[in-house]
Amino acid sequence: MQRILIVGATSAIAEATARRFAARGDALFLVGRNAARLDEIAADLRVRGAARVGCQVMDATDTAAHAAMLAAAEALLGGFDVALIAHGTLPDQRACEASVELTLREIDNNGLSVIALATQLANRLEAQGHGALAVIGSVAGERGRQSNYVYGAAKGMVALFLQGLRNRLAKKGVQVLTIKPGFVDTPMTAAFPKGALWAQPDDIARGILAALDGRRDVVYLPGFWRLIMLAIRLIPERLFKRLSL
Amino acid sequence: MPCASGGSGRERAVGLNAWGALPAVPAAAEIRLSSRTAALPAAAGNGTLLPYGNGRSYGDVCLNAGGTLLCTRGLDRFIAFDPDRGVLRCEAGVLLADILDLCVPRGWFLPVTPGTRFVTVGGAIANDVHGKNHHGAGSFGCHVRGFELLRSDGERRRCSPRENPGWFAATIGGLGLTGLVVEAELQLRRIAGPAMTVENTRFADLDEFFALNAAAEERHEYTVAWIDCLAARPRGWFMAGDHAGAEAAREVAAPGKARGLPLTPPVSLVNGLSLRAFNPAYFHRPLPARATVHYVPYFYPLDGLLHWNRMYGPRGFYQYQCVLPATARAALDEILQAIAASGQGSFLAVLKTFGPRASPGLLSFPMPGSTLALDFPNRGEATRALFTRLDAIVAAAGGRLYAAKDARMPGALFRRGYPALDEFIPYLDPKFASDFWRRIMEQE
Repeated sequence: MQRILIVGATSAIAEATARRFAARGDALFLVGRNAARLDEIAADLRVRGAARVGCQVMDATDTAAHAAMLAAAEALLGGFDVALIAHGTLPDQRACEASVELTLREIDNNGLSVIALATQLANRLEAQGHGALAVIGSVAGERGRQSNYVYGAAKGMVALFLQGLRNRLAKKGVQVLTIKPGFVDTPMTAAFPKGALWAQPDDIARGILAALDGRRDVVYLPGFWRLIMLAIRLIPERLFKRLSL
Repeated sequence: MPCASGGSGRERAVGLNAWGALPAVPAAAEIRLSSRTAALPAAAGNGTLLPYGNGRSYGDVCLNAGGTLLCTRGLDRFIAFDPDRGVLRCEAGVLLADILDLCVPRGWFLPVTPGTRFVTVGGAIANDVHGKNHHGAGSFGCHVRGFELLRSDGERRRCSPRENPGWFAATIGGLGLTGLVVEAELQLRRIAGPAMTVENTRFADLDEFFALNAAAEERHEYTVAWIDCLAARPRGWFMAGDHAGAEAAREVAAPGKARGLPLTPPVSLVNGLSLRAFNPAYFHRPLPARATVHYVPYFYPLDGLLHWNRMYGPRGFYQYQCVLPATARAALDEILQAIAASGQGSFLAVLKTFGPRASPGLLSFPMPGSTLALDFPNRGEATRALFTRLDAIVAAAGGRLYAAKDARMPGALFRRGYPALDEFIPYLDPKFASDFWRRIMEQE
C-alpha cells in the first residue's frame, strides 16, 4: 500500500489516476475546492478498494493554507509516498491579453501555486529520503505560441523549477516526475473540437502510474507527443514566429 | 463514439449515433453530465431532453434529433458496495463492464446481463434488458432495488418497489422518457469465481430445440441458441451455461485486450455471399460438448471486437427482435421461413425462451414465450418489406418488438404490443422526448 496525496483531485486526470491507485489498495488524501465533489470521489474510491480516503477543501492559490493541509494529510496518511499536483485552469488567452490582473491570476493558478506546493513537499520528501513528487505540466510549456502563451509560460516555469528540484533531490532518493499530457478530453477542454490526437483521462492515468513505477523523470502522455514536441522545438524561431499556432 | 467532455457548458454536437449506425438527424446539443447532484442543463434546439448512455441501443430510442442529449457517461462513480449482501449503489453512467471488474474478484456477478457489457446502468434500466437467464431470473429490472429520478422540473424522486412504485414501474423499461435516472441500487448475484461451464448441443430443427430447451431450463441457469437463418429447416447450436465452482477459475484465462474494427468498410461485409459461406461452416464446426470458459467470452463474444457494427458498412443495419407467446409455435416457424426465403439476415441470429417472472416495468419487452433476434444489413426497401411481412406475423400471434433494437416499427404495432402504454403515458416527463417516441406516437 502506498500513501498518496493529490492536489486538484477533482480534475478529470487526477480522478482517473486516483481510481487506479484505489484499485491497488492505496491510501489517498484528496485536496480540491469543491467539497461535495470531493466527497463523491472519495466514496467512489473507497468502493474501488482504497485502504482509506481523506479529503480537504483548499484553493491551491491560497498558499497560506498549504502548510496546514500538508499537516492534515500527513496526520491521516502517516506520511507520503507519492504527491501528485494536478490542479490547473485553461486560461482564455484573448481575455488575458486585455487584463494584467487575469494574466497574473492564471500564472498563479498554473505556475506559482504549483511551485509553492512543490517547495514545501520537496523539503518533506527530502527529509524522509524517499517518495515521489509528480506534477501535471503540459506540452504547452515547451514553446510559447500565440494561442496560449500565458498557460504555456506558467507550465514552462513549472517544468524548469521541477528540473532543478530533480537535480537537487536525485541525490536523496526522491523521484521528481514532470508529466506532459497532450490534448486530453476533459471538462477543461470541453470547448475544443476533438480529433485523433485526443486522449482520454484514463489513458493519461495509466501512463502516470507506469512513469511512477518506472522512476521516470519526464513523461509525455501519450508517448507520441515526445516526437511532436521535438519537431515543434526544432523549428527555428525566425520561421516559428510567422506561424499561427 | 464518446460524447465530448464538459461539465460546464454547452457542447458542440458531434453527431452521436445508435449502435445500428443508420442515417440519423443529429441532436442540437450533446451535454456531458458530470455531477449527480447538479441540476439538469437547459434544453437547446427544440427544447427536449433525452439521456444518452453508451449508445448501445440499436435504433432510435437513444436519439433526439434537434433536441438535447444528456450524456451520462460522466456519471460513472460508485457510491457504496456491501460485499456481504451484494448490494451496489452507483451512478447511472457506470458501465456493466465496470461493475464486473469491481465485483467479480469480490465474488459477485450481475444478476442479469445483456450480450454486451458496454451498456450503462441507466441504459439497462431504461430498456429493461434481459439475458440468457431470463427463464429463471427475469429481466434487469427485477433486480433493481431503487433509483433516483431527476425530473425536468428539478424534482428528485426516490423510486423503489415501495417508494413511488408507479414511477418505479414506469421508469423500468421507460426508454429514458420519465426523467433522468442519476443513480441506482442493484442486487448482485453470488458467484464462486469467473469461470463458466458450458454445454453445446447441435439441433436440426425447432422441435429438437424446444425439447433441448425444456430440459435445459430445469438444470441450467443460462440458455441460448444460435440459429442458421438461411437453412430451410432452422438448425443451430444450443448452448447452456452455469457459473462454475472456485476451483475451475484456474482453468480459464481472462481475455486479452479487445481489438477494434478501425474503420467502416465502403460496403457491408455481411451479405448473401459471406452468409452462405459462414453459416454452414459455423453450424458444422466441431464444438466440445462440455467446456469451461471465462465469463467474458461466454457472455460477451462480440465485445472482443470493438465497433463490430462497422462491418455492416456506411448504410448501417437493423436488428429485428420479437417475442412470441409460448402458444405461437407456428408463428415462429413462419417467421423463420420468411427470413430464410428472403436470403437476408446475418450470422447474428439468436433464439431464446423467456420465463414467467414478470418485470416491474410497464413497457418491459419480455413476456413468456420465445424471442428471436436477427441482424439485417440495411438494404433499404427490400429489408423494410421483409420487416413488414414479419410484423404481420408477430401482430397476429400477439407478440411484440423490442424498442431497444428498433428503428422502424409502425406505431400501431407498438401500441398493440404494449397494453400498459396508457398507464405509462402520465409518467412521461413533459420535456423528455426521443426520435423513437415521436415516431411511435405521431404515426397513425
